[in-house]
Amino acid sequence: MNATLGWTQLALYLGLLILITKPLGLYLLQVLDANGRTWLDPILKPLERLTYRLGGVDPGKEQHWKHYTISMLIFSLITMLVTYVILRMQAILPLQHLFNPQGFPAVPDHLSFNTAMSFTTNTNWQSYSGESTMSYFSQMVALASQNFFSAAVGIAIAAALVRGIARDSMQTIGNFWVDLVRITYYLLLPICLVYAIFLVSQGMIQNFKPYDAAALTEKETIQVQKTDASGNPVKDAKGNPVMVPQVVDTQSIPEGPMASQMAIKMLGTNGGGYTNANASHPFENPTPFSNFIQMLSIFSIGSALTYYLGRMVKNPGHGWSVWAAMTFLFLTGFFVCWHYETVGNPILTQLGVDPADGNMEGKEVRFGITNSALFATITTDASCGAVNCMHDSLTPLGGLVPLFNIELGEVVFGGVGAGLYGMLVFVITAVFIAGLMVGRTPEYLGKKIQSFEVKMSMLVLLVLAMDILGFTAWACVSDWGKAGLNNNGPHGFSEMLYAYSSVTGNNGSAFAGLTASTYWYDTTLAVGMFIGRFLMIIPIMAIAGSLAAKKLVPPGPGSFPVSGGTFTLLLIGTVLLVGALNFLPALTLGPVVEHFLMWSGKLF
Amino acid sequence: MSTKARSLFDSTIVIPALGDSVKKLNPVVMIKNPVMFVTMVGAAVTTVEIFVSPEPKAFTVQISIWLWFTVLFANFAEAMAEGRGKAQANALRQSRTKTVAKLFRNGDVPEEVEASILRKGDIILVAAGQIIASDGEVIEGAATVDESAITGESAPVIREAGGDRSSVTGGTRVLSDEIKIRVSADPGHSFLDRMIGLVEGAKRQKTPNEIALTILLAALTVIFLIVCVTLLPYGIYSGVVFSITVLVALLVCLIPTTIGGLLSAIGIAGIDRLVQKNVLAMSGRAVEAAGDVDVLLLDKTGTITLGNRQAVEFFPAPGIAPNDLFDAAQLASLADETPEGRSIVVLAKQKGMRGRSLQDLPNATFVAFTAQTRMSGVDLETVQYRKGAAESVKKYVGRDFPAPVDAKIDEISKLGGTPLVVAARHSANSETAPTVYGVIYLKDIVKGGLVDRFARFRAMGIRTVMITGDNPLTARAIAREAGVDDFLAQATPEDKLALIRKEQEGGRLVAMTGDGTNDAPALAQSDVGVAMNTGTQAAKEAGNMVDLDSNPTKLIEIVEIGKQLLMTRGALTTFSIANDVAKYFAIIPAMLMVKFPAMSPLNVMHLVSPNSAILSAVIFNALIIILLIPLALRGVQFKPMPAMALLRRNLLIYGVGGVIAPFFGIKFIDMIITSVHLI
Repeated sequence: MNATLGWTQLALYLGLLILITKPLGLYLLQVLDANGRTWLDPILKPLERLTYRLGGVDPGKEQHWKHYTISMLIFSLITMLVTYVILRMQAILPLQHLFNPQGFPAVPDHLSFNTAMSFTTNTNWQSYSGESTMSYFSQMVALASQNFFSAAVGIAIAAALVRGIARDSMQTIGNFWVDLVRITYYLLLPICLVYAIFLVSQGMIQNFKPYDAAALTEKETIQVQKTDASGNPVKDAKGNPVMVPQVVDTQSIPEGPMASQMAIKMLGTNGGGYTNANASHPFENPTPFSNFIQMLSIFSIGSALTYYLGRMVKNPGHGWSVWAAMTFLFLTGFFVCWHYETVGNPILTQLGVDPADGNMEGKEVRFGITNSALFATITTDASCGAVNCMHDSLTPLGGLVPLFNIELGEVVFGGVGAGLYGMLVFVITAVFIAGLMVGRTPEYLGKKIQSFEVKMSMLVLLVLAMDILGFTAWACVSDWGKAGLNNNGPHGFSEMLYAYSSVTGNNGSAFAGLTASTYWYDTTLAVGMFIGRFLMIIPIMAIAGSLAAKKLVPPGPGSFPVSGGTFTLLLIGTVLLVGALNFLPALTLGPVVEHFLMWSGKLF
Repeated sequence: MSTKARSLFDSTIVIPALGDSVKKLNPVVMIKNPVMFVTMVGAAVTTVEIFVSPEPKAFTVQISIWLWFTVLFANFAEAMAEGRGKAQANALRQSRTKTVAKLFRNGDVPEEVEASILRKGDIILVAAGQIIASDGEVIEGAATVDESAITGESAPVIREAGGDRSSVTGGTRVLSDEIKIRVSADPGHSFLDRMIGLVEGAKRQKTPNEIALTILLAALTVIFLIVCVTLLPYGIYSGVVFSITVLVALLVCLIPTTIGGLLSAIGIAGIDRLVQKNVLAMSGRAVEAAGDVDVLLLDKTGTITLGNRQAVEFFPAPGIAPNDLFDAAQLASLADETPEGRSIVVLAKQKGMRGRSLQDLPNATFVAFTAQTRMSGVDLETVQYRKGAAESVKKYVGRDFPAPVDAKIDEISKLGGTPLVVAARHSANSETAPTVYGVIYLKDIVKGGLVDRFARFRAMGIRTVMITGDNPLTARAIAREAGVDDFLAQATPEDKLALIRKEQEGGRLVAMTGDGTNDAPALAQSDVGVAMNTGTQAAKEAGNMVDLDSNPTKLIEIVEIGKQLLMTRGALTTFSIANDVAKYFAIIPAMLMVKFPAMSPLNVMHLVSPNSAILSAVIFNALIIILLIPLALRGVQFKPMPAMALLRRNLLIYGVGGVIAPFFGIKFIDMIITSVHLI
């Protein structure tokens, strides 16, 4: 793809994103209001009422932040357990011929734990290959449902925080169950229904057929380990495995209910692929059009939530300022990634590869440099984690962008809900640090920012830094950590750093060189996901509760301005200074060193 | 007290402060400031490292020295701020040492005791020429008092029992007469003692915003601690050995030492600046609240208008001879000792009335002005003269109020004057309706420069409300002339209190001044209540600041000082955090360039060697504290402007400037230390 086409597509992308922000934001205003009205009411209202009756929920009764949080934690725990149990039992559940035609065995315990945690926390880190591990039932019921639930939870938390900011001297911040039901019924399900049909129209599969086999036109001979009669590997005298040639003449083509799961994967910024190749697989991302719409859907709710924020706090300019800060960070990241991917690898150029192609290693040729760089930036700005190229194969600085995006806390539109509440932590920090400079004690939209809010905001940033840096430090000096590496040197370091950044940020993408399906990695990564999700949500909910209870002072010319260019720049500065500086030394030892070494002729 | 601003580096303050900087190294004291405590631990660690570190000894020694300096510089800043406050407090304290008091123990004969044994509630006698031993309230007698020791004002003032001028301050001298005083403060709890406590770090309580900021700084310190500690295993993986000295140097450079070191100095200096304006704050919290004030309640008289109103014209009612009005006005004002009353008598004399005195009217009963009747006058045998605000006289007169008089009242009010109506009842019988004699035109003179000042406040979002006993028409005219946003006319103390409550319910902070006992509830309710030193003890106890000069206009300066304090804090925090960018660019390449020479392009400042780079960053980090002490003590430049403009300006100076400045600073230091071969 040439540069003009790239610029055109970027312009189209941004234009469409702006275009959907307001209408979707207006729709969110209705969805996130227990008494809101939507044009889907005639169909969904009875279902909504029925759900409340079955669940014993009084939709008119709001909750204190602690009850809201506890409800959320209980819900997450239950859905996580259900997911775990389904994965463990996928081989013995009824209707195996329909739901598990490949006859996949039970998912191992540490992998089930990791996966259940991963999907509950909206991370969708995958230590497995979907097409060779998960039954259709597991994909549809365990994983796809979690995609809906974890997305709804994220949006609910963001809505609760925004209500906390907007409310005046109130003890409650909404009802978790109502938010959960309304977000799922009115927002996620209807859009995904249409979206899935669109994906099918582009060629995505949606069926319950057993896997197909295709005869290869070019047979291939590979070396495999020789096994004895009982299935144990045979070893030679020196203890090395004995390898025997095997001819491969067919390829297994995965089938299954893909479109229904892939719609929410993108819309809910989950990112967990149906197949291991994720959005670079021709079934999961059949056309350039599907690629474009998938990228747009990743940012759509995150972008609309900024509009929701502005409207809720009666300062639309504030919402747009936050949106502008996000867009600035998004574009900067994309340009860096795009640039370094276009420049490519100088060592390959020396070997005679045409530099005009850029760095095509690990990329799906259907998408090329621009769409891969754009997708990689978007998927890590948001906590999506779907990929259409292999991040591990990006150039060092091209790969630094996704890593850096995640370490910022994925506040650039971010995970649905999570991006907004993460960004609001930075807003509060920015207001606190710079707010004094207008000669008043800091206040955000008429709410005083005091010790408690500062304590909780800093806790979020502390957890982010500790989770990422701490686990990486542990992994990089332990045998289990280094055993999983596919590359040594700074690139190996980046792989570990990326893994823990990805789980902490609930992103789920990987520098896939890392072999993470081991006991230690599965467990530490799962703990990392848990910390990165819930240990952040709890302080954020505490902020929501504390702000809701505060008196709202009407804004005046002396109030701290939270809209306009100055505020946008301040917010960008705060995200970069307070959020990112913490990771600079680690990034230097990873991608930055690798970059300089690559240009001096050394690869890893 | 001297109101002169002290030179910043006055040797009498600097020398003791040097000693105090070392004394403050006590870990029990240091731990209250987490950032500087970590710095001190870092300094101690590098001191040990001198003997065990593989780094060149000269390097480790210098890093260690500069880390200790960093801590000492921060302590020095605090000691300087305390020293300046103490110097002022001491000037006050000197006047009270070895004072002797005459205490009534039992019976009527006072005995001489040391002032230090006086307790709250004790009754003492102070005669002419003696120094008042303690804060208190005059309960008997009246005297002229020289308060120059605390206010710097040489003209003596009257202090008398009852009324609004009953409170006296310890350390002032009685010039004439003799007064009995009830002591109102235990030793160590007088205004002075409280103020001394405020400027002394040990007793100083952190304000809410300081606590929040300390939490932020402590959290950033912990985060950077994690960053530096995890670098050790990262180094092991990468095959780079990071020495403890270098990691400590990186840590200290990253944690916000600049604001951490100057934070308490900024707070003390804020109170100190108030003291220089002759205002004693009872808590640091009050100073902080002053910056947050949304509404200023300003008494019209003395704050907005110059002193008192003057009578400038009489307007007789229809059918009343001018001379009758002059006469009635004079009679009604004879006993009125207010400047207004006196000005009426003077005007009547100018109109040709003969001068009269109280002795000429032996059978007269004088009726004093009360807040309830709002009239004053005199009762003669057959006639009662009254003058007062139009509303009150209308009530007194009843239905029959002449329309031309009403028109005149409106006219005067619209001009911003105060109409006083004179009436008389020609019978002792209260059934007889009084006759309206006419109107006195009292004129207010608005102080110069206020319109501009209020406009600037408006730009900052602060609303000014004028409080006056005048009727709404008069109030509106003066409010317009002075440029205040709103006014409360015909205000009673209850109205004032209700207004404060209403504003506070809307989430706004209110500041006001007051001096009378009836102001006390409002002073207590307001967020910033400035009591006049001439006011009653009750008022002074209800407020959270006392203005020794008793100048109500000073409220405006108090708000500015509060804002300046908060701005200084924010500016230095922003600057401190912004500095980290350059420090990273100095230290990180230095740490890695030996192992990875390919990274040399990252050394954007072209620092000579890895060790010189690290040392330069550490030296810059230490010196910036010293360089910013004047800013911390004086406060950042303050100009009232809208929040948006302030933010833009300060972000540019302290945010963008904070990113750029250290690049030059570190480069400069690197050039010096390498040219003199320190490294």
